[in-house]
Amino acid sequence: MLPPFALEEPTSVHEASVLCAQYGETACLYAGGTELLLAMKEGLLRYERLINIKLIPELAGIALADGALHVGAITTHRTLERAAVVRVHFPTVAAMAAHVANVRVREVGTLGGNLCFAEPHADPGTLLLVYDASVALARQGGTRTLALEQFFVGPFEVALADDEILTAIQVPALPVHTAAAYLKYGLLERPSVGVAVAVTALPNQVQEVRIAVGCVGPTPRRLRDVEGLLSQKELAEVRAALDAAGALAGSAADAVTDLHGSAEYKAYLVGVLLRRAFERAYQQAIGENASDEARERGTA
Amino acid sequence: MTDDRAHHSTATGQVLSIRVTVNGHVHDILIEPYLTLIELIRDRLGLTGTKKSCDMQVCGACTVLLNGRPVSACTMLAFEARNASLLTIEGVAQGETLHPIQEAFIEHGGLQCGFCTPGMILAAKALLEENPAPTEAEVKHYMRGNLCRCTGYKRILESIMVAARRLAQTHNPGALET
Repeated sequence: MLPPFALEEPTSVHEASVLCAQYGETACLYAGGTELLLAMKEGLLRYERLINIKLIPELAGIALADGALHVGAITTHRTLERAAVVRVHFPTVAAMAAHVANVRVREVGTLGGNLCFAEPHADPGTLLLVYDASVALARQGGTRTLALEQFFVGPFEVALADDEILTAIQVPALPVHTAAAYLKYGLLERPSVGVAVAVTALPNQVQEVRIAVGCVGPTPRRLRDVEGLLSQKELAEVRAALDAAGALAGSAADAVTDLHGSAEYKAYLVGVLLRRAFERAYQQAIGENASDEARERGTA
Repeated sequence: MTDDRAHHSTATGQVLSIRVTVNGHVHDILIEPYLTLIELIRDRLGLTGTKKSCDMQVCGACTVLLNGRPVSACTMLAFEARNASLLTIEGVAQGETLHPIQEAFIEHGGLQCGFCTPGMILAAKALLEENPAPTEAEVKHYMRGNLCRCTGYKRILESIMVAARRLAQTHNPGALET
């Protein structure tokens, strides 16, 4: 049983923003509801009204423009997983989306909602950080673009003004000779650890490594200090440095102890997954099976 | 064209007027915005084949198909069924004739206590409509959100693989059974 609330159904971002401003903290934006309704059923959140944004056409759709992927905020995980444009040009994103929760959650839950709810034990934010993704935010007064890295503020907290709406996620293409990998591990329904890596490499020569870690700490985060240990090096040097990098990543991830595991356990797993994700991304970056992302860019 | 946002207010609060096709029958229903889909199905429509178990979208017992897509009725608002086609386990058989997926589950022991079975059947139906010839790995991936505490899943997997082959035969009688 849900506690009673009223429903608003705006058909434009402007109208939604006006409603947000009007009702303030007594109202909440509602898209898929997969996180929100759970919290409301548990009595953790209570609102007098929900503002359903799924009737706003400008929040829907996936498109490729100048190599970058534009994902409307109300795009479901399932749409992201199945869309040809994502599978061909951003296969790691499609694969990540295909492993979010279960198929029913993926059919209903949206990418925008997932990022805005900012439940720490989630997959998309971590992977999108290594793509240098950004979010488009809109309110009555205008629009702005914010790097996803700046959007995550804390657990269940994002850099969104009270009357502001996330309208789209922009995912730039990876550079040439680059592939991404996302690995996660967990014993419960939600992941305990998620590690994303993007590797730019020629055979035996690693140019750049991007690393993001999620689920273990308060927010997904890029680990730039660790990236520095692994970039601009020969492959053998990178492999030799992976243990130290993993240990640093584990501590930099700011792991917390919770039902998903102890901080020590999670920090250890970060190192394990970092090594595996690096190898996977590296092999794809240099291989004949170079990710379509890289290949597309290389032949464009 | 009717306004999707047909909202009315009464002394007791907001009421929504929705039209939903349930198992092929059109229903015009007045609901509160906070009514969940499983409450609509079980309490208002009396269709108790849809089971509530975990109430948090993990177990799959409440799986129903909304326009052919599997959703957790426990954690979906009923108004989301507006202008949609809803299929519950009661609508899967044609009269006394069971659906090939139901037949396969019975023949291959894909159920014991039966509590998860309505959700299993509906999830399997959605899977096979999307992917008529899945591999075992694809079935396992798709069905991983439907939990069964009796069978150990092996017989459920077998049942779905058998159903897939039979449905392929039905749709394409000339095809060889593999």
